[in-house]
Amino acid sequence: MGKTFAEKILAAKAGLDETVPGQIVTVQPDRLLTHDNTSAIAKTFRKIGTDRVANPNMNVIILDHVVPAANETYAQSHKETREFVQQQGIEAFYDVGEGICHQVLPEQGHALPGMLIVGSDSHTPSHGALGAFAAGIGRTEAAAVMATGEIWLRVPESMRIEVTGEMPPQVSAKDLVLHIIGDIGADGADYMSVEFAGPTIESMSIAGRQVLCNMAAEMGAKNGYVAPDETTRQWLAGRTTSTYDEILPDEDADYARVLHYDVSGLMPQIARPHRVDNVVPVTQVTGLPINQALIGTCTNGRLEDLRAAAQILRGKQIAPWVRLLVLPASREILLSAMEEGIIADLVKAGATLLNPGCGPCLGAHEGCMAPGERTISTANRNFKGRMGSREAEIYLGSPATVAASALRGAITDPREL
Amino acid sequence: MKTIIKGRVWKYGDDVNTDVIFPGKYTYSITDRKEMAEHALEDLDPDFVKKVQPGDIIVAGKNWGCGSSREQAVISLKEAGVGAIVARSFARIYFRNCINEGLPIVTCDAVDSVETGDEITIDFGQGKVITPRAEYHFPPLAPSVMEILDAGGLVPHVKQKLGIA
Repeated sequence: MGKTFAEKILAAKAGLDETVPGQIVTVQPDRLLTHDNTSAIAKTFRKIGTDRVANPNMNVIILDHVVPAANETYAQSHKETREFVQQQGIEAFYDVGEGICHQVLPEQGHALPGMLIVGSDSHTPSHGALGAFAAGIGRTEAAAVMATGEIWLRVPESMRIEVTGEMPPQVSAKDLVLHIIGDIGADGADYMSVEFAGPTIESMSIAGRQVLCNMAAEMGAKNGYVAPDETTRQWLAGRTTSTYDEILPDEDADYARVLHYDVSGLMPQIARPHRVDNVVPVTQVTGLPINQALIGTCTNGRLEDLRAAAQILRGKQIAPWVRLLVLPASREILLSAMEEGIIADLVKAGATLLNPGCGPCLGAHEGCMAPGERTISTANRNFKGRMGSREAEIYLGSPATVAASALRGAITDPREL
Repeated sequence: MKTIIKGRVWKYGDDVNTDVIFPGKYTYSITDRKEMAEHALEDLDPDFVKKVQPGDIIVAGKNWGCGSSREQAVISLKEAGVGAIVARSFARIYFRNCINEGLPIVTCDAVDSVETGDEITIDFGQGKVITPRAEYHFPPLAPSVMEILDAGGLVPHVKQKLGIA
């Protein structure tokens, strides 16, 4: 019997001939990603009592969650992170303004096929889009990885999601993944390795694949994965000089579950409050008034997302009662969007441009909501209280749906425009 | 770790996420563990912090702790006095964070036969949870994972492993 991607890569990293689901292995990650929580992790690292990180080349540190610092407390935390970076001789450090960790890590060539990446952020599975095994971990274990260079992982069961059909106009990867989550539920892939495959995925951009793997976290998955191919190699060209090993699942691998989707009839999808699996076609919620619209985050802040929004908003004006926030996911994306004229289009249409970073997604700054307000967002979570008041509502959708909704001031099917 | 834990139940439902256990707006501004406890379950059950007693046990449905990796969602409950969490299933990072913080957890269906305020017993030696109405068996954790819990969490465990007193 063949092996899944997770079984193969964890065997390789643990130095074993093979692994089976449920087995506990000890592995040395290729990368440890941390962000604004680095200062807290550094404190735990000191509590362990070691002086030096086991391997400074493993660390990638990116400040993104509350950047620039919203107040003195955040400023102190950022300062402690910079001091830790200095003390430990960590080279891969990206300060305020570079962008969201899940965009900067791959852009800077730190996420490659066949790598094992752990990160103290639940959306670390994003990097499976490039063929890596990437899983989220907690703060204490991030400190332990710094101290020991290793971590235990349970070999997960695997789920394969085969997707066929051509995406209809104004329907994108976000709609597909919301539809899947609505179908299998917020724990539909709990602890599993999710492999996205099939012709639709093969013809999808890296940005689209990142959306799928990012949102795998919202099905409870340990990691998401798309097999590396020519699209992957082209995306990585110029971003790394390192060689890499592409690890692919065996064709006769044993999956705990196999799902099939055909996207040719897929409609734009919306996740209603306060659960990501509370998903309906946009047609069921059109006309619901909104106060705020957010385009950005580690799910949908990439160039093709901003392009989709600009295509809808170019030469028009958003509804006067709507605050449209646009946050490119990285400096690189911001620059490209400026060069293409996308930023000018969006700002002229009434958007407020915010710096690359996580922005209001986690409710700390830059666009929190008052009680009774409603936001439609391209983010990955709509939990109660996440963007400010617990009496506010978050609807999740694609960049096209959010842009169309900003234009009309109410939730709108982008196919109507 | 104690082999027998007795406590009073706080019952919750399915898919309780880490944002309602510990809101994101505090994740980078509150660094004191005791202060984290003041916000435990703030957006789900504002009564919880007012009435929780040391040793109380949370009993919940499936996918407890889904969402963000924030460890404060474990620390805040532990510091509030929670002695153990029993759930039908756990989100994986939450599960790991409990082990790493030394907070005992049990995966079983006890939520089916308890109400808030009931007294239940968790017997780790026998691998069972006894509620006023039923008994549930649960499989032991992997030995290497149990070692971390027995050491009182990952920090003491790594210290032992690295030979740091």
